[in-house]
Amino acid sequence: MSDHIAAIDAIAAKYDNDPTRLLDMLLAVQEQERYVSDAATRLLAQKLGLSWGDIQQTVSFYHLLSQEPRGKYTVYLNNGPVSIMQGYEGVATAFSEAVGCSFGSVTADGRIGLFTTADMGMGDQEVAALINNVVFTNLTPEKARILVKAMQKGVPAQDMVTDNTEYGKYGDGNNSLPSIHSMVCNNLIKPGPVCFGPYQAGAALRKCVAQSPEQVLAEVKASKLRGRGGAGFPTGMKWELCAKAEGPERCVVANADEGEPGTFKDRVLLTERAQLLFEGMAVCAYAIKATTGALYLRGEYAYLKDYLEQVLEQMRSDNLLGKDIAGKPGFDFLISGCSWVLAPMSAARNQLLESAEGRRGEPRNRPPFPAQSGFHTMPTVIDNVETLAATVQIIDKGATWFRSLGTEESTGTKVLSISGDCDRPGVYEVEFGITLGELLTLAGARDPQAAQVGGPSGRCLNAAARDTAISFEDCPSAGAILIIGAQHDLLTIIDNFMAFFTEESCGSCVPCRTGTWMLRNTLRRIMHGQGTREDLTSMRQLSAVMQKTTKCGLGHTAANPILNTLDNFPHLYDALIPEQTDIRSFDLEAAVQASNLTVGRASVAKEEQV
Amino acid sequence: MSKPIIATASLAGCFGCHMSFLDIDERILDLVELVQWGKSPINDIKTFQQDCDIALIEGGCCNDEHIHTLREFRKHCRILVAVGECAIMGGLPAMRNNIPIKECLEEAYLNSPSTSDANPDKIFPNDEELPMLLDKVYPCHEIVKMDYFLPGCPPRADLIYGALVALVTGQEAELPYEVVKFD
Repeated sequence: MSDHIAAIDAIAAKYDNDPTRLLDMLLAVQEQERYVSDAATRLLAQKLGLSWGDIQQTVSFYHLLSQEPRGKYTVYLNNGPVSIMQGYEGVATAFSEAVGCSFGSVTADGRIGLFTTADMGMGDQEVAALINNVVFTNLTPEKARILVKAMQKGVPAQDMVTDNTEYGKYGDGNNSLPSIHSMVCNNLIKPGPVCFGPYQAGAALRKCVAQSPEQVLAEVKASKLRGRGGAGFPTGMKWELCAKAEGPERCVVANADEGEPGTFKDRVLLTERAQLLFEGMAVCAYAIKATTGALYLRGEYAYLKDYLEQVLEQMRSDNLLGKDIAGKPGFDFLISGCSWVLAPMSAARNQLLESAEGRRGEPRNRPPFPAQSGFHTMPTVIDNVETLAATVQIIDKGATWFRSLGTEESTGTKVLSISGDCDRPGVYEVEFGITLGELLTLAGARDPQAAQVGGPSGRCLNAAARDTAISFEDCPSAGAILIIGAQHDLLTIIDNFMAFFTEESCGSCVPCRTGTWMLRNTLRRIMHGQGTREDLTSMRQLSAVMQKTTKCGLGHTAANPILNTLDNFPHLYDALIPEQTDIRSFDLEAAVQASNLTVGRASVAKEEQV
Repeated sequence: MSKPIIATASLAGCFGCHMSFLDIDERILDLVELVQWGKSPINDIKTFQQDCDIALIEGGCCNDEHIHTLREFRKHCRILVAVGECAIMGGLPAMRNNIPIKECLEEAYLNSPSTSDANPDKIFPNDEELPMLLDKVYPCHEIVKMDYFLPGCPPRADLIYGALVALVTGQEAELPYEVVKFD
C-alpha cells in the first residue's frame, strides 16, 4: 500500500503537483496500474487540492482512462467504419477466441483486456489496434492470433514491433527511427508544394526576424490562408484578433487532435514534417508576440511523442526555438512538450482547451473567444497543424506564390486523407478546387456508391456529386474522404457514424445528449423494417432542433449523416419502409423472450406476428 | 345519423387519466347527448360489439396483452387518441427500461423485503393466463399509428372534454395555454 502511495506521489511530483496537468498524471497512473483506482483518485485529489468528484468526472470522460482494471495488456481494436469495411468482424472474433474473453472485458487472470475504440487515425491501414499505446495496423485474424500468443508469453507490446518479425515490421520514412519505431506507414501518395514541398529549415524564421511582426501578419493576411481544420476561418484575421487582445502573455496551440474519424493527414505531417509545424508555431509567435506554445496531440499518436520532443530539442539547440530566436534579441518562444488529448473529437476548440488544462472535454461558453482568453486565460491562437505549416511556406515563398495555388477563396493546397474502397488509400496534398471525381480517379476508387467528405459530421455525397470541388466555396472539410463501394450497406455505415456521435456527445446539453440517441434508435428501427413515413419527417424535425439548439460543433453536425442520406440516398430509406398500415411492425416474440426465459415459459406465440 | 361511438382502454397506466376524464363532472350529461359508449372500463364492456369512432388510450405497452389490445383497438376504431404521458412516451412505467427484465422480476418476487421470506421456493408467477412482460415499456405510437396526443399526467379534464367535443363536432379544439400547461 505504501508502495502504491509512493508511486502516485512520484507521478504527481513529476508534473509539479500542477492540477492542470491532471490528464498527464491520470495517463501515467493508467499506464502503470492499468486503471485509475478509487484509492489513486483519492490520493491525487488530496495531493492536488481537488475534490474526489473533480478527478472522477475527468476519468469517466475519456475512453482511454478506466475505473476498472483493463488488463496487463489492453487491446483497443478500432470498430470505425473503415475498419468494419476492411474486416473488423473476423479480426475481433480471432482476438476473442484466442484470448478467451469477449470485447468489453478482461481475462480472469487479469492479463489481457479487449476493448473497442472509435477511431485511431489509421484509416489507410485498417484494421488497426492499440495495445498498451503501441499501434498495430493491417491486422488480419492470423496476425491477431500471433499477437495474442505474444501477449500470453509476456512479450512487451513495444517489442512486438521490430525490424522484421512475425509480429510486424517498421513503417516507411521516419517511422523506423529509433525514437518512433512504429509499424505505421505514411502512405504519402501525392506530396504537394506546401506541406510536403521543398522546405529549408529556418529560412522562414530568418525572413521573419528581418521584418516587423506587423509585416509578417500582413503577409499571412495577404495569402488569404484559411484554417485547415474544416471551419475555414481566415488565419490572418485570427492572429490579428489575438495580437490585439489584452494579456500579459500570449499562446500558440497547434491542434494535432484530428479526432474526426477518417482523418490521418496530421499523423504524416507530424512524422515527416514536424519541424515545419514547429517553425510555423514560431512564425505565429513572432507575428502575435507570443511566448508560450503547446502541441495538442491525440492519445493514439502517443508513439510520436518522444520523436517530437527530440525535434523540439534539436530546434532549441539550432536557435530556432528558445531565447533570442534566429539571433533576434527578445524573440523568445518555447514549446512546452506535448499536451494530451484523448477524446477523439475536438471540432469545437473550446473543448480542446478544457482538455489541455486537465478537465473533462466539455465546451466552454463563448465569449470570451480563445483569441481573447484561451489556454490558461492567455489570449490564444489555436490552429490546425496544417495551417501552421502553411504559414512557413507563405513567409518563405511569399503570399503571391501561395495565392497562385488553389482557387479565389480557397488559396493554397489541402492535405486529404483518403480511405475506404480504393486502390491507393493514403495522404494526398492537392490544390484546392480539385473535384471529387478527379480524386476518385486519383485514388483508384472501386465501384463507389458514396463518398463521405469531412468525416461523420461532413457530407455524404452520391454519384451525382462528382463535380463537387474540395474548397471552402463548395465543400469545406478537414480533408477526410471515405470512399464507400457499392458492395457495402450504406445505412450500416451511417449507423456506425451515429454510434460515434452518441458516444462522443459530452452530455452537457440535452438536444445533443438525447437527440443523438433518438436519431440512432429511429434509424435502427427503420433498418429493421419497423419504420414509418412519419419517422422520416420526425428525424428531419429533430435534426433541425439539434442544429439550432446544441452548444457546440458536435451537436450542430451530429444529424448530418441522417440528413445527407435522406437527401442524397432517399431510395435506401424508401426500400426499408414497409407498405403503410396503421399497425406497426413489432417483434413480439423477441420482446417477451427475456421474461419467458426468466420465468421458464416456452413461448407466448399466441399472437399473430405483424 | 347515429351518434359516434367512443371506447376507452387503460394499458400500462394507473387509471389516473380515466379518473381525470371523469372529472368532467356534470358535463358527462352533455357528452352522452353527443356520443354512444362502446367498450370501456367505465361501463365494463369487455369486447368490441361494433366498430367505434374514437378511442381514448391511457398507458403504454408493458406486456403482450397490451400489444394485443392496442392492435385490436387500431383495427376496430377510426381515431385513436393517446391520452397522457404513459401512452405518449411510456411514462413512469418506462423507468424500468434501463433495467434488464430478469432483474426487475427478481427484485419483485425474490429479493424485496416483502417477498424474500415469503417465497422460499423462489417461484415466479407463471400461470398461462398471466400476460408476459415485454423487455421494455413501449409508447403506443411505436405499436400502432396514433392519430392524436393529449399531453399531461394526467391531462386535465377540460383538455380531454374539449378534445372529444372537437372530434365529435368536427370543430377546431380550443386549447388555451392554461389547459395544456403543467407547471
